[in-house]
Amino acid sequence: MELPTDLRYTSEHEWIRLDGDEGTVGITDFAQEQLGDVVYVELPEAGTQLVQGDTFGSVESVKAVSDLFAPVSGEVLERNESLLDAPELVNTSPYVDGWLLKLRVEELTQVDALLDAASYRSETESA
Amino acid sequence: MIERAIGEEDFGARLAFDRGAAGRRAAAVPQWQGRETPLPAAHLLRDSVRLPELSQGELVRYYTALSQRNFGVDTGSYPLGSCSMKYNPKVNDLVASLPGLANAHPAEPEAAQGTLRILLDLQRALGAITGLPHVSLAPAAGAQGELAGILMIRRALEQRGEIDKRRRVLVPDSAHGTNPATAAMAGFTVTQIPTAADGAMDRAALAAELDGSVAAMMVTLPNTLGLWETGIEEVARDLHRVGAFVYGDGANLNAIVGRVRYGDLGIDIAHLNLHKTFSTPHGGGGPGAGPVCASTALAPYLPAPVVAEGSTGTLALHRPGESIGQLQQFHGSVGVLVRAYAYIRTLGLAGLRAVSENADLNANYLRVLLEPHYDLPHPRQGLHEVVFSGSRQRKAGVRAYDIAKRLIDYGLHPPTVYFPLIVDEALMIEPTETESREDIERYAAALVAIAEEAERDPEALEAAPQRTPIGRLDETRAARRPVLRWPGPETKPCGSKGTVERQVQEAAGA
Amino acid sequence: MKGRAGAAPTPYIPNTDADRAAMLARVGLASTEELFKELPTDQRDPLIDLPPSLGDLDLLEHLRTLARRNAAAQERPSFLGAGAYRRSVPAVTGSLAARSEFMTAYTPYQPEISQGTLQSAFEFQSVVCELAGLAVANTGLYDGASATAEACLLAARVTRRSAVALLEPIHAGTVDVVRTYAYGMGLRVDVIGSAAQLTDEHAAVVAQQPDFLGTIRDIEPIAEAAHAVGALCVTVVDPLTLGLLRAPGDAGADIVTGEGRDLAGPVAFGGPSLGLFAAREVYLRQMPGRIVGRTQEQRGARRGDGSEAPPRTGYVLTLQTREQFIRRERATSNFSTGQSLLALAFTITLQALGPQGLREQATLCYQKAHNAAARAAAIPGFAVVERGPWFQEFLLRGPLPAAAVRAALAERGIEAGLDVSDRSEPAAREALLMCVTETTTEREVDALVAALTAIGGATGTGRD
Repeated sequence: MELPTDLRYTSEHEWIRLDGDEGTVGITDFAQEQLGDVVYVELPEAGTQLVQGDTFGSVESVKAVSDLFAPVSGEVLERNESLLDAPELVNTSPYVDGWLLKLRVEELTQVDALLDAASYRSETESA
Repeated sequence: MIERAIGEEDFGARLAFDRGAAGRRAAAVPQWQGRETPLPAAHLLRDSVRLPELSQGELVRYYTALSQRNFGVDTGSYPLGSCSMKYNPKVNDLVASLPGLANAHPAEPEAAQGTLRILLDLQRALGAITGLPHVSLAPAAGAQGELAGILMIRRALEQRGEIDKRRRVLVPDSAHGTNPATAAMAGFTVTQIPTAADGAMDRAALAAELDGSVAAMMVTLPNTLGLWETGIEEVARDLHRVGAFVYGDGANLNAIVGRVRYGDLGIDIAHLNLHKTFSTPHGGGGPGAGPVCASTALAPYLPAPVVAEGSTGTLALHRPGESIGQLQQFHGSVGVLVRAYAYIRTLGLAGLRAVSENADLNANYLRVLLEPHYDLPHPRQGLHEVVFSGSRQRKAGVRAYDIAKRLIDYGLHPPTVYFPLIVDEALMIEPTETESREDIERYAAALVAIAEEAERDPEALEAAPQRTPIGRLDETRAARRPVLRWPGPETKPCGSKGTVERQVQEAAGA
Repeated sequence: MKGRAGAAPTPYIPNTDADRAAMLARVGLASTEELFKELPTDQRDPLIDLPPSLGDLDLLEHLRTLARRNAAAQERPSFLGAGAYRRSVPAVTGSLAARSEFMTAYTPYQPEISQGTLQSAFEFQSVVCELAGLAVANTGLYDGASATAEACLLAARVTRRSAVALLEPIHAGTVDVVRTYAYGMGLRVDVIGSAAQLTDEHAAVVAQQPDFLGTIRDIEPIAEAAHAVGALCVTVVDPLTLGLLRAPGDAGADIVTGEGRDLAGPVAFGGPSLGLFAAREVYLRQMPGRIVGRTQEQRGARRGDGSEAPPRTGYVLTLQTREQFIRRERATSNFSTGQSLLALAFTITLQALGPQGLREQATLCYQKAHNAAARAAAIPGFAVVERGPWFQEFLLRGPLPAAAVRAALAERGIEAGLDVSDRSEPAAREALLMCVTETTTEREVDALVAALTAIGGATGTGRD
């Protein structure tokens, strides 16, 4: 399982990469593996306000739907439009081309409080 | 079945739309010979509709070829769990097609006394069989029967002034998806009740949920594991004690028909699936019929119509006083109801009891034959179906999916797989009473052989099925790039292009 | 003969006493009663009052007797429509749809042995899209009215509004069913007389085409009025009329629903039916019901020489994450078993007719109806109510109250149109909604004209 150390993670299998106060959000390699071939991704539009923990969309395989939970609060700046035509990017490149959203992070301390790679790994291994 | 032949054409690539030739036709329509009335104004009219142009023989060969690419109960064993794929008696099709019945017009019930008599007697029979004497035959299928039943409960609670506080419907985690989906369509929230180790519902967990916020519990009897819900009478009493209703999902009535009645167990309302227990053909996914049978307390809310007998013996369609309303424009799946009536008249009580007896014996016989070879998560005597887990085979890398596909090579229809959701790699097998002892033995032998293959040569199973008109299909491709109609320029995935509001604006041309 | 002891209990149950004894021994039970030992003893084996069983001969006699009690057994001339139309259905339809491989299969969970059901469902979706002038269709719902109710629920979901408007004149059954479905979801149902009454509270307007009293609507201004307030336009169609009439999708409808039963087989006292449901592509993920998609084999078949053939085309149920068995309480509908066999029959009828035949059958229906109406209107004392262009149903007013005319026709062995005098529209006052389809014969129209003439004459209005 690929697990970049420069990202923060949630127990709901999302990651966030911080660049200033801009956060990029996606789902982890572990999550895409569990879900199987992603066939559809539903995402909010730019401008939507997210509150930490809220569901903001879903990722679907042929036989399953997984809700997406906002790892932190913030405003959606952009969503990954290329997933509309190529949802498989979530499988083939979960940390790079398969990103879901870019957010303006409201409170950077929320990011600090998320799991680091090692803690996330131990959570998934004990599950 | 036609075996897959090398060099066979790509049959599925050519629809009726792609066959034939311009100018051919399969039906002759007479020309109007009388005075011509001008057609309406041009802006109300269309040009041509794009439809296939085939001769009658070409059309018949195409659909005959399609039928040969299908497997039905008449083809072979079809033990799809929870679906009661029993033999469909041919005499029932014959009676449903009698011209007096087939051509009766729904807007003139007074001129269809024969049909109404059949429907009234069917209502009475189903009321007697379920012990819930008030019956509406209106629902078109099980899921519509469920919707009717839960809406009736909603209306009863409204009349009691309790609808604002009773917002929850309890549903076991072994339930069909239609149960929670129905509760949501009727405006309730769903609380899931876990299953205990013995396969019955977890009574402690249930007790913890029982309070004045519960509107109803939906229970399937026997449950989807094919097991008796031990203590269901106490469960019903407990629910009644907190003022909630008990809804019975009758999908599995075949297991207990003639043996015990829902009403006697404390169930307030139940739907039946006539295409399951009462032998009407499944039609490739319908038509079915899903009558609702209610206690006296819930009778005023039944969906319209119900058939009632007037003082002079004349029969009429009746709308119960506090009816939730109609479910269809007319009176239900009458052609299906006539078949079910014929079936009940053929069998009588002794025949119906023989149904549950032989259905349950067949399932238990299959259980015993297979128990050494497959994991049985709930090792109890069961009723009409048995749910194995493919977890042992999974360890060798073989999925329930692979086992199902391999069964097809033996000329058998696979069981229901991956349901109920609470069983890993579930294989849910319901032989029904119309399979013979030899059929059961043949099915078991195939599954035993597959279990051996799974140990010996697991990769080989992934290539199954081999002896079908087409191999495993790419479902991911179908869902990622939906092609949903001829002529087939790909229908692009959509819905993610904007929020719902924006979709409406787009549709509005804004 | 295998020489087994004991009889099988019914013709449908193969196991004999000997089979049961052997099986019980293997299961470890002493008797079949023990199969039910977990059922509560107090309630077990109740006396159930059912009539005695009948053999096939007696069953047929019993049902033939009942069938003869229906007036339909007498093949009277009929002018009754009002939502159920006696249509010409080609013989190939019944013959092919009755093939038991189609009839005795279930929902196609195993696509490798269900291509017959799946590929014909894809044909069905294609035909419905063509008729409706819309991009996507499902494999069918219960009937036209419940399909319309599902369309209203869809509209409420996508607009997040909680009212729908039904445009009169519309079939009372449709209104009733929409109200039933709306009740659970807490939607308000407004029955309106004009599209001008639409507001931004409405998720959708539902317009029947032709309207309940037979008149052909212009869908375009209705769709424009709906879109102006951000609502969807739902059009409820009689599919044969679409052989002539403009496709509602081309006129701006967002969803088209309709009743397909009458092109699939007999009216059968109104059911089983077939709900048609087509929509604009943007609503695909919100559609209720099953949807079939085209795909190909994961890998091609292995040839004799070990090489792999190119993958072939096949069909599967798809976009299933909308459905109850995956999404449970968050599904777009609880829909499961539908009307597949009728969808198959409907498809065969439409494809047997083809583009020419469909237009000709619609035209024949239109011409026969207008001819009959002209003849009825010429009878002294009778008038056809003028309501603009119409297709197959017209309002007939006579010298007597509608109920009396209807009764007088019944006495003369004629099934009259529906008495619509209880409706709110002024045009319907004391009128019969008369229906003539392509199956109505000239002899039947002659009989109607003679009967109406006699009724007019008897009331004294017939004297010139």
